[in-house]
Amino acid sequence: MNRPNVGAQPIPASVLGMAASRRNILRGGLVGGALLGSSSLLAACGGDDGGGGGDASGAVKFGMNEASGAGPAHERLVQVAEAYAKKAGVTVDRNEVDHNTFQENINTYLQGNPDDVFTWFAGFRMNQFAEQGLITDISDVWPIDGLDDSFKQASTASDGKQYFVPVGYYPWAVFYRKSVFEKRGYAPPTDLDELTTLMTKMQSDDITPFAFADKDGWPAMGTFDILNMRINGFDYHMSLMAGDEEWDSAEVKQVFDTWRGLLPYHQADPLGRTWQEAATSMGNEECGMYLLGTFVVDGIPDLEDDLDFFTFPELDSSIGATALDAPIDGFCLAASGSNQAGGKEMLKYLGTAEAADAANKGTTPLIAANSGADTSVYSDLQKKSAEVVQAAENIAQFLDRDTRSDFASTVIIPELQRFLEDPDDIDGVTQSIQQQKESIFI
Amino acid sequence: MTTTTPVPAETTAEPVTAAQPPKRRLPARDRAVVITMILIPTLFVVVLVWVPAILSVVLSFGAWNGIGDVDQIQWVGTKNYADIVDIYPPFWPAIQHNLIWLVFLFLGPTLLGMFLAVVLDRNMRGSRFYQTAFYMPVVLSLALVGFIWQLFYSRDQGLINQVFGSEVDWYGDSSVNLWAVLVATAWRHTGYIMLIYLAGLKGVDASLREAAAVDGASERQTFFRIVFPVMRPINMIVLVIVVIESLRAFDLVWVVNRGTNGLELIGALVAQNVVGEAARYGFGSALAVIMMLISTVFIAIYLRIVFREERR
Repeated sequence: MNRPNVGAQPIPASVLGMAASRRNILRGGLVGGALLGSSSLLAACGGDDGGGGGDASGAVKFGMNEASGAGPAHERLVQVAEAYAKKAGVTVDRNEVDHNTFQENINTYLQGNPDDVFTWFAGFRMNQFAEQGLITDISDVWPIDGLDDSFKQASTASDGKQYFVPVGYYPWAVFYRKSVFEKRGYAPPTDLDELTTLMTKMQSDDITPFAFADKDGWPAMGTFDILNMRINGFDYHMSLMAGDEEWDSAEVKQVFDTWRGLLPYHQADPLGRTWQEAATSMGNEECGMYLLGTFVVDGIPDLEDDLDFFTFPELDSSIGATALDAPIDGFCLAASGSNQAGGKEMLKYLGTAEAADAANKGTTPLIAANSGADTSVYSDLQKKSAEVVQAAENIAQFLDRDTRSDFASTVIIPELQRFLEDPDDIDGVTQSIQQQKESIFI
Repeated sequence: MTTTTPVPAETTAEPVTAAQPPKRRLPARDRAVVITMILIPTLFVVVLVWVPAILSVVLSFGAWNGIGDVDQIQWVGTKNYADIVDIYPPFWPAIQHNLIWLVFLFLGPTLLGMFLAVVLDRNMRGSRFYQTAFYMPVVLSLALVGFIWQLFYSRDQGLINQVFGSEVDWYGDSSVNLWAVLVATAWRHTGYIMLIYLAGLKGVDASLREAAAVDGASERQTFFRIVFPVMRPINMIVLVIVVIESLRAFDLVWVVNRGTNGLELIGALVAQNVVGEAARYGFGSALAVIMMLISTVFIAIYLRIVFREERR
């Protein structure tokens, strides 16, 4: 996620979005050039002595996936690290890394000489590290006061043990501007009929119903997720993600077919647009709604007070609208970290309501996972996010967090883009995904 | 030349080589120096070029996510190659795009750069200024070039669409984005070629031109009949640069959309498959090997030309 301050600058959002990811090119080049054995070499150098050693009172190394300049997301982590250092009287060495760089190096990082505690995501991506023994079993940290069963579930790997401490989450929903809806007399829809009526009305008012962007490849995954959950249900979605269903099945084709029907109500040419640009076009009333995570606020910060959202309406009454994407962010303990005991102590603190309060001083759309956290400082968007997620029966993480990351990035991204380019070739797209899926999920 | 003199016994022992200069034996110290001087660079080449290249080839027959030791690698035979060719949709477009890149770079910016060099070589007024202006983009990294052109190309907020009131999705529409990116590359490549060629032109002996002028050759004749053939070494360098640039093209498309949707290039596909959590080292290596094979073809052609020239 890039967090540019669009409203304040004359430079197009797309450009700002690119600035943050420029460093990737270097990374890409380096990794591409040295793709051989670098990780195994680093693994050999890394401390194997990290097993059980370390003294709880020693310094804890804290790996952060945000660097200064990243705005609120970075501030939160700094605040919570400082609060812990003060409370426990230990030194917390922060290792601040740019978000994309952190993501791209994670394999090498964890096998080399990682920090003790590091920022990570719940779900499949946590599970894969747990299975590979790269992160430490922290089931003795659980249960944590204020974190209910669903969070415990999200922190549990396939071996039934916990490897993760959740700190916050944000929902994906349909955002709109309250003032625009009021002025034009629109109302949030709850089913397909109402949605269609609303979209047609918007079009007659010369407003594109949905803002849409997929230049970076991942935003369209959010649309696929929600359509699949509305049409085929949460359970089917999760087993599709796990690789247990066929991608060229009638169910998946149905999703693409529905999507094709909705595309005329979406902004044209999404493949050249960044989500920041799409957010801007909702901001200036060219578009009426935008399906995105709450970080959409970062794209149009001046309009935060005017933003509201509704969960995507139901498409099939037998399925309902009870599931949504709400990715959970949190922390793991690296197995090769040198201070395991100190890391666990810190993780214990990070799960508490106190830590959530320490973090939640900046303005940010994230909601604290801990139910004991002070919600009085929340903005309206945060309060509503919390309600919506609590009301949801099933929560998915997001396509690239629920399935193998190599499959998501090297297959799904190009195929979804191909579909958006030529929505009529559903058979070709689904067949190609299925073939590649069979090759990757061994 | 060293002071060592030929040993007569050796010359008589090998009458066949009599036509060649007689063999010399270096003193032990000189020999040690020569051996060290050959050994160290060889070692570097082997460790930094051959070992990784061979390991890439080995790895391309396996499936490995880079986690754990090498014993985690599952050997899958030629499956990676079969998958690339059969079921990996970005592959063939990538090959095609690399070739388009090569042809375009050569026909467009390379010829334009050479033309600009010839024009600027005529010492017209303000030629310093033009040189600087054309060379300026070369100083910028390709990443930055992509960033600057985004200001022109953005569909909703870009300069081109604003000025002409058009709605072309320059970076997003897969039928135009390759050309949009090529124009951005050309902007930088032209200045690069221009500078190299200009340097070459300055090195051409002025008396050759004078002689041609005395013989009554026109400007055009002078260039094509006299200057261009004399510049042969520079022409070769330019050709090699164009080939290298188009094979390793990567940064610009990576900045734009990470090499998807109409901007597939082999280099970008390799990176997509090995960068980040999505580590398909085997698959990525197979792509890298294919890229290496393609490069080898060009290297072979180049070496043949160079050797043929030396023999002459």
